[in-house]
This record gives sequence, C-alpha cells and structure tokens, in this order.
Amino acid sequence: MSKKINLTINGFPVEIETGKTILEAAEKQGIKIPTLCYHKDLCVAGNCRVCVVEVAGQKRLSAACATPCEEGMEILTNSLKVRNSRKHIIELLLTEHNADCTKCYRNGNCELQTLASEYKIMTQDFIELVPLKKYSIDAYSPSIMKDDSKCIRCQRCVRTCAELQGVNALTVAHKGDEMKITTFFEKHMRDVVCTNCGQCVNHCPTGALVEKNYIEEVWEAIADPKKHVVVQTAPAVRVGLGEELGLQAGSRVTGQMVAALKRLGFDSVLDTDFTADLTIMEEGTELLTRLKKALVDKDDSVELPMATSCSPGWIKYIEHMYPEHLGNLSTCKSPQQMFGALVKTYYAKARNLEPDSIVSVSIMPCTAKKFEAFRPEMYDSGYRDVDYVLTTRELAILIKQAGLDFDKLQPVKFDRLMGESSGAAVIFGATGGVMEAALRTAYEIVTGREVPFENLNITPVRGMEGIREATIKIEDPVEDWAFLDGVELKCAVAHGLINAKTVMDEVKSGKADYHFIEFMACPGGCLGGGGQPIPTNPEIRQKRAEAIYAEDGALSIRKSHENPEVLKLYKDFLKKPLGEVSHHLLHTKYTKRERY
Amino acid sequence: MDPIQTLIKDLANKHGRTKESLLPIMQGVVERESYLSERSMVEIAREMDIPAADVYGTATFYSFLETKPTGKYIIRVCKTITCAMKGKTQVLFAIQEMLKIKMGETTPDKRFTLLETNCLGWCHKAPAMLINDNVYTELTPEKVREILSGYMKQNGINQN
Ligand code: SF4
Ligand code: SF4
Ligand code: SF4
Ligand code: FES
Ligand code: FES
Repeated sequence: MSKKINLTINGFPVEIETGKTILEAAEKQGIKIPTLCYHKDLCVAGNCRVCVVEVAGQKRLSAACATPCEEGMEILTNSLKVRNSRKHIIELLLTEHNADCTKCYRNGNCELQTLASEYKIMTQDFIELVPLKKYSIDAYSPSIMKDDSKCIRCQRCVRTCAELQGVNALTVAHKGDEMKITTFFEKHMRDVVCTNCGQCVNHCPTGALVEKNYIEEVWEAIADPKKHVVVQTAPAVRVGLGEELGLQAGSRVTGQMVAALKRLGFDSVLDTDFTADLTIMEEGTELLTRLKKALVDKDDSVELPMATSCSPGWIKYIEHMYPEHLGNLSTCKSPQQMFGALVKTYYAKARNLEPDSIVSVSIMPCTAKKFEAFRPEMYDSGYRDVDYVLTTRELAILIKQAGLDFDKLQPVKFDRLMGESSGAAVIFGATGGVMEAALRTAYEIVTGREVPFENLNITPVRGMEGIREATIKIEDPVEDWAFLDGVELKCAVAHGLINAKTVMDEVKSGKADYHFIEFMACPGGCLGGGGQPIPTNPEIRQKRAEAIYAEDGALSIRKSHENPEVLKLYKDFLKKPLGEVSHHLLHTKYTKRERY
Repeated sequence: MDPIQTLIKDLANKHGRTKESLLPIMQGVVERESYLSERSMVEIAREMDIPAADVYGTATFYSFLETKPTGKYIIRVCKTITCAMKGKTQVLFAIQEMLKIKMGETTPDKRFTLLETNCLGWCHKAPAMLINDNVYTELTPEKVREILSGYMKQNGINQN
C-alpha cells in the first residue's frame, strides 16, 4: 500500500496517497478548483495559472494542477488573495480574447465562458488587445475549423495531437504576444499531416477548435419536399448523445434517438450498425482469404497482418506515416461509406426512388468521417455516397433547436431495410469491438462452432489498455478450412494513434507476427471519438464502454452473419462476400501521402 | 541528393540527431542559406525523424532564425520598452523612408531586410539596432541615415 500523507485544505484535514497533486486532493474533498490548461487525458502543462491556491508559508501562489501534496501542507483554495488573483488571470485572458459569445459555436459549453461567468467578470480593467491582433480563421478543412481569436494558448490541442495521437500536426510558434498555435509553416489544417480525428476539438476548452458543422444544410434537405432524406447512426452515438442532452454519462438512448430523428423529419431512420455487420462479412471473408493464400497457396504477395479500415482518422494517418504499408489495410470501406454506397443503389431500387432525390446523412461520433465522405473514392453509387456527416454534438443541437424534450420521447425502433443489426455491430463503437465481432463470425465460419467464450464475450480484446493482444487457436475446422487446423490466430488491438504508431513500428520492422490488427484513431475507439460530447475523459469513456457492452448483451442477435437483413442483402443484391458487386460498391483504394 | 539535403545531412552528422542538435543544425542552415526555407525545414524533420511542425515551432521561436528570404543586410530594430521610449519610432520611420520598405519587407534589390527584435541588451544606449552582426546604438534619425548611406556606398548603390 502506498504511503499516506496528511494536510489541510481550507482548514479541514485531508489524508491522501503520496504523489497526488493539490488539485486531486481538493477534488477528493469535493472542492472544485478551476482549470483551463489541465485535462485528465494529458500531461500537466501548468501554463494558464487559473488553478492557483495559497500554501501557508509560501509567498507566491501555487498552481494546484502542478504542485504535489506534501506532508503538513496548509492549503487555501478560496482565500481573498486566491480569488482576486484568479479573477485577474481570467480578465487578462479576456483582453486577448474575441469574446463574442453569442456568435460562438461553443456558447453554452465553453470552459472560459463558464469561468468568466462564475467569477462575474463584468468590467474591463485592462486594455482590450483584440483589435491589435492579426487573428486568422482556417475554415478550409471539411472536418475542423480553427479560429485563433478564440484561442487561450493553453496548448491542450498541441499536447493531444502529440501525446494521444502522435501526429504532431500542431505546434506552438513564435513567442511572447505573438505566440500562437499553428501547423507547419502556418498552412491550412487540410494541407498538413492532420488526420481530422478531432481529438484536439474534443480537448479544446474554448471555441478555437470546433467541428465544421453542416446543420443548416441538413435542415434545408429536410425542408425540401422533393428530397428523400435518409439518416444512419453510428454505434457510439447511442451511448454518447444523452450526455449532450442532460443525461448521465453511459446512458443508452437508442430508442429515444430514433424517435427524435423521426420527429426532426428524416424520411427514413436507419442504422450504420447494419453495415457494420456487413463489414464483418466482407472483412472476415477477406481475412480468411488472405490466410488461405498465405498458408495454402504460399503466395508471398499477400500482405499480413491485415489491418482494419473503418476508422478514417487511422486511414489518413497510415497514408501519411506508413504509405508503404497500405497493402496491409483491408480494402473494406468503413460502415458509413458502405451504407452510403448502398443507400443510393440497393435501397433506392427497393424503395423505388431516384438516387439523386436521396440525401444521405450520417450521425457520427467522429470528425474524420466528414473528410471521409469528401474523398474522391466515395462516389461509387454514381453520386456522392454520403452527403452530410454530423457529429453526435451536432445532432444534439438539431434536437434542441427542434424543441424536443428528449427525456420524454418514447423509444422507437429503426426503420426496416438497412435498420437491423446485431450486438456484434454495436460493439464496433468500442476499442476491440471490431476484432470481437470479426472473431465471433470468422471462428464460426471456420469451425462451425461459436467462439469458445462465455456468452460470446471475448473479454481478452476488451478494456482500455492502449495495446492488447489475443491468440485464438483454431481446432477441428470444417472441411473447407481444414488447412487452419491448429493455427493460432494472433490478433492485436490498438486505439489512440500513438498506440497505432507503436504497433506499426513493429509491423514495419518485421517484429510483429500478428495476423489481424484492429486500429482505432481515437482513445477508447469511436465512443471516445472527436465528435462525441465534451468533455470526454477516462471515466466517461469507461461508462460509455459499459453502455456499449450492455447494449450488445441485450440484443437477441449477437453475430453479424445472423443479421437477417444482411443475409437478404446478399441474396437479393450482392450475391456473395467479396463478389463483383461488393467489390465495386463496398471496397476501396488508398492514397499515398507525404509525411512532411 | 541535392545541395540542401547534403548540407543538412552533413550538419546532422556533425551535431547529432538528438533534440539538442536541432538548434545548431538550423543555425548551420541559416549561415549557408541566410534563412530556413520550407524545404529545408522538411529536410531537417526528415533527417532527424521529428515532426515538421516542431521544426517550424522552434524556428519561429528564435528571432535570429529567419523563415523568410532576406536581403544581404538584415536590420533588426529593437522593439522592447526602453528603446521604444527613447525614440525608436522616429528611427524606424527614417529607415522605412530611406529604404522605401515597410517592417518585415526586403528591398527589391535584395540588399536590405527590415525586422524587429526583442531587447538587445543595449538599453543603456537605447535606441539600438543590429545590421547583421553589428550593433548600432543611441540612434537618431540622422545617425541611422548616415549608417545606411555607408552600407549603400559600400555596395555601390546610388541614392537619390
Ligand atoms: S470561446 Fe467561449 S468565451 Fe470565447 S466567445 Fe466562444 S463561448 Fe465565448
Ligand atoms: S486551440 Fe484550444 S486547446 Fe489549443 S491552445 Fe487554443 S484554446 Fe487551447
Ligand atoms: S484533428 Fe487530430 S490529427 Fe488533426 S490536429 Fe487535431 S488532434 Fe491532431
Ligand atoms: S490548470 Fe493549472 S496551470 Fe492551468
Ligand atoms: S530595450 Fe532595446 S536594447 Fe533593451
């Protein structure tokens, strides 16, 4: 057991393990110390100083986030000196801040605004510096907007991009009053190594980094009587949306979400989970085909390990950083794009609709999906496969604008034809989920038996460890797959691009002997996506993950290959996995990009 | 390999490829090329296996590392408070008038670039400026005109 130390906070005794900061000790006591540059996901920067507290015997105030507790410390978190000093710090931040809150995207969910409101900053005692600054806005990326006039230079974004993602698209440039957060050579975000993952957006306390929103475009489509507007919702949205609408983290709101989407006026409310199941059919078959080629045909042009391809942030990352390994990627499109390609072909035909009258909207926990929908490869239906991508946060805005009392909505089911899904599809939203879903299906195809785990829960691939490995031994396969008898299928899971980097470096050096790797750009997988509610932190990710697995457990169909609508799709349209139609609509190519 | 790549590789071989080597490598490039181009920053990043954005961040942090093409003579006028109070603005006006360029610009003949800098440590003889590595202090508009005329004559530039 670690040693405990004793100190007092505002006169009350506190006992805490060694190695904790004053901020953590106060939190344990139920005292909230304001912070700006601090974030639970990141290393401590200690640059904003709003968290200052008084420590008895010390002249200078200390930053609570960066000061470790010591035996006998007497800490004041709310003295006159502390309050005045915090107020000054906030006032100074505001002198450089373009505080036009009513026109700001983060109005109502902004840490700076909240602080200014708590400290009632109602006057302006310092000179206003905003007019003297040459602030610029970068709105060229299809995913992210950056407005320097809202930036408080806390550097959370820079640390996010470096520590969680290992991308380092952002940096601090210049110094003193010219210091700013920018990219290489101050280029637009769309022209650098940025993966559009949106983690910086999710970690920014202000409106300086936000998603590019397509709210008005979607309202217009809904209002157009000539358009048939179809919406698909990603697995992770249903365990995040509630947070934006006042519910506890980890609330499962699938039925209410569907009800809300219907009331918003979408003509058909369908499920990305349907194409998640489809992805498993295609990707599982692709994996087994690659294994056969490698093990039986001894074809050394086959690239193993095979890597998953449903996370567009990860795709852009590997395109920039490991362009020589694009052959390792599964050729499967992401579920969003499979859905888009089918909606303007299969669905249009079944519903007797003109494809160009369909507007396809998707609700995603992700900002990279906005970029993905823009990719030139994503027009295989003959039209733009997905027209607009909204984040979980944008959907919440639509719901609020429509005046819906979310909590009172009666749960409703998804519409049919591309609305049915299995538990295997739901867990796509959590790190390890695609792997688990693929194993549930592939193992059964190969052996004719269910995966040997209690209740189909493949626990070794679950959890929040950055990189996880699992080995499944194939015994007694059916005749077609006899060559796999005794083969140990080696799998790995990585989430957060910094972990993807570790795994890819091993693949590159030839050290990794995996067959199959799941990569997710965001920490926690999609449930921690850049488009999910703010804040997102380790505890919240944990709750959303529990909700995802509970959702899986509650569904009657748990395996992708048992989804009746998917089986019907193959029977009526695709014929077979990796068939000709699939090849045209559901698979894609990747693009080599520059690392610098 | 082109000359820039060779230069950077040589510098990296000499100074190493750790974090601390970044600054000497950048200085080495500036000595040769007079400034750090986008291209040379990319090559530095590649050679050292570090993110390009970090190279840019470091380059812009140090005012002696130029990131734009400069003239033969870089004039750096101190903008810090003592110089500002002792008549830097008038000195600046005189320079701008004489060279017909604004702050941050380079003359069309690529002789002079006008920049600002932070305190040069010559506050007791403010206002101060640097032309390349030479310090000039206790400047007045007249004095600065004289200094610049000297540079122009040296280079055979006709003043009118
Ligand atoms: S970033 Fe926050 S404080 Fe600034 S304008 Fe937007 S809402 Fe207001
Ligand atoms: S963009 Fe946001 S996260 Fe980055 S430094 Fe500015 S305020 Fe902080
Ligand atoms: S979107 Fe992701 S990759 Fe791009 S700057 Fe933000 S954190 Fe970095
Ligand atoms: S939160 Fe402690 S210094 Fe910023
Ligand atoms: S203030 Fe100009 S040299 Fe110090």
